[in-house]
Amino acid sequence: MAASSRAQVLDLYRVMLRESGKFTSYNYRTYAIRRIREAFRENKNVKDSAQIQMLVNKAKRNLEIIRRQVPWYSWMSQLHPILVGQHSLLSTILKSTVTTDLFKKGPDPP
Amino acid sequence: MLWRAVWRAATRVAGPSPPRRGLRLRGLDQSPHPSGFSDVVPPTEETVFRPLYMDVQATTPMDPRVLDAMLPYLINYYGNPHSRTHSYGWESEAAVEHARQQVASLIGSDPREIIFTSGATESNNIAIKGVARFYKLRKKHVITTQTEHKCVLDSCRSLEAEGFKVTYLPVQKNGIIDLKELEAAIQPDTSLVSVMTVNNEIGVRQPIEDIGRICSSRKVYFHTDAAQGVGKIPINVNDMKIDLMSISGHKIYGPKGVGAIFIRRRPRVRVEAVQSGGGQERGMRSGTVPTPLVVGLGAACELAQEEMENDHKRISLLAERLVEKIMSNLPDVVMNGDPVQHYPGCINLSFAYVEGESLLMALKDVALSSGSACTSASLEPSYVLRAIGTDEDLAHSSIRFGIGRFTTEEEVDYTAEKCIYHVKRLREMSPLWEMVQDGIDLKTIKWTQH
Repeated sequence: MAASSRAQVLDLYRVMLRESGKFTSYNYRTYAIRRIREAFRENKNVKDSAQIQMLVNKAKRNLEIIRRQVPWYSWMSQLHPILVGQHSLLSTILKSTVTTDLFKKGPDPP
Repeated sequence: MLWRAVWRAATRVAGPSPPRRGLRLRGLDQSPHPSGFSDVVPPTEETVFRPLYMDVQATTPMDPRVLDAMLPYLINYYGNPHSRTHSYGWESEAAVEHARQQVASLIGSDPREIIFTSGATESNNIAIKGVARFYKLRKKHVITTQTEHKCVLDSCRSLEAEGFKVTYLPVQKNGIIDLKELEAAIQPDTSLVSVMTVNNEIGVRQPIEDIGRICSSRKVYFHTDAAQGVGKIPINVNDMKIDLMSISGHKIYGPKGVGAIFIRRRPRVRVEAVQSGGGQERGMRSGTVPTPLVVGLGAACELAQEEMENDHKRISLLAERLVEKIMSNLPDVVMNGDPVQHYPGCINLSFAYVEGESLLMALKDVALSSGSACTSASLEPSYVLRAIGTDEDLAHSSIRFGIGRFTTEEEVDYTAEKCIYHVKRLREMSPLWEMVQDGIDLKTIKWTQH
């Protein structure tokens, strides 16, 4: 079947990674990207075409889920910035030698 | 109108330059893209970061796939599953039954043995009070452990007020109960033994198979609060001879406000209903079954079954990384609980000579807890740590790190580094630490009164 050709699977992989990159939440984004990579890598050597078709269908369903879910989280982030991953802070902290520097942050969240 | 709002927002941001925070993490999306909402509030220039979430034992974020499964039942398919006369009811009921099947297949039971409740607390209440009260004419004894969740201990206390005898088994220093003590405690009039599978504070795994074997040989019902264990470690109610089991939705990446109880049918466990009403859920838990929540629970259980092995492997690696990093860079750190019979995603560390609350406040960027969420309001150290025999001062300085499906390596590294930094800083300020460095044994100090 056309859907299970190598090019189509690779295309699906690329599209899924691209759509997952649109999650504004750090945890969901990294999970989606990591899980997609793992799943495609794990099933790299499957030869049975029926199984390939089943996996492709499952991937397509998950792609639809990602497409539906991403806008929800980006809507939430407009109201409450969800920006996780503060390695910039880490470098600031480790470089500072004065304890008061540790408390130099933005305004407290409401 | 929309474009004007977006234009206004764009020009507003191009004002005085915001303080740059150094590196931008790769892949971090800071620009809001137009979403079609006209009253959008653009993020403030000093964007406020939310902390890293490392408290998965308190609750877990919902998996997007679970939310996706729930949405239709929150929007269009809003029927009451107990309505018999129209398609809204039928489709809702079909969803509930499908979810029941999903939960049952995770734990290896029959779907008819699953009753949906409002959470593990309600399930524990039904299990303990329901079983004890049903058999109260001939059996008046219940056994549990000292490290159980508050709802189990409180249910047992209310049973004591009704005239039951309750034995609270002590645990050994590693948090695991002594099987010989359990066997000795079982009397001819014992109706129920309740031992949790994975402890929510220290993460120890009790020997459920052995306890199940003992209980079934002595014809005593075995209940386990598996809220922290279901979907994370393989649990089969038939292999482990479990008669009653509590499941919580929001610990396995599902919605809050839903849980389930497994009540064995062969041999039948009779339970007196705690909540009276229209006889839903086989009369054991009356009340409308909340279809969207239950569908979410079912989806979460099915996902947990698929992802269990993968998650477990990853979480073990991350846990090892965290513990190894902290322990190799800091002296005088104690891990509470048995290191082998342990669920890797719950790590409880005690940092000597550092006060737990001040360490938590210092770790502002990481969401952690020093005990279970339900006891975090009180100032007493956790009763679980007291039960495993930790000294008072170590009990006050314990922090619980939770690692879950969505935790990344970067978050673990950041948490470890911050923790090491702040513990060192707090120890520098601590007079106790100074005394220890000078070689004084703290136990010999007489804290005199003036």
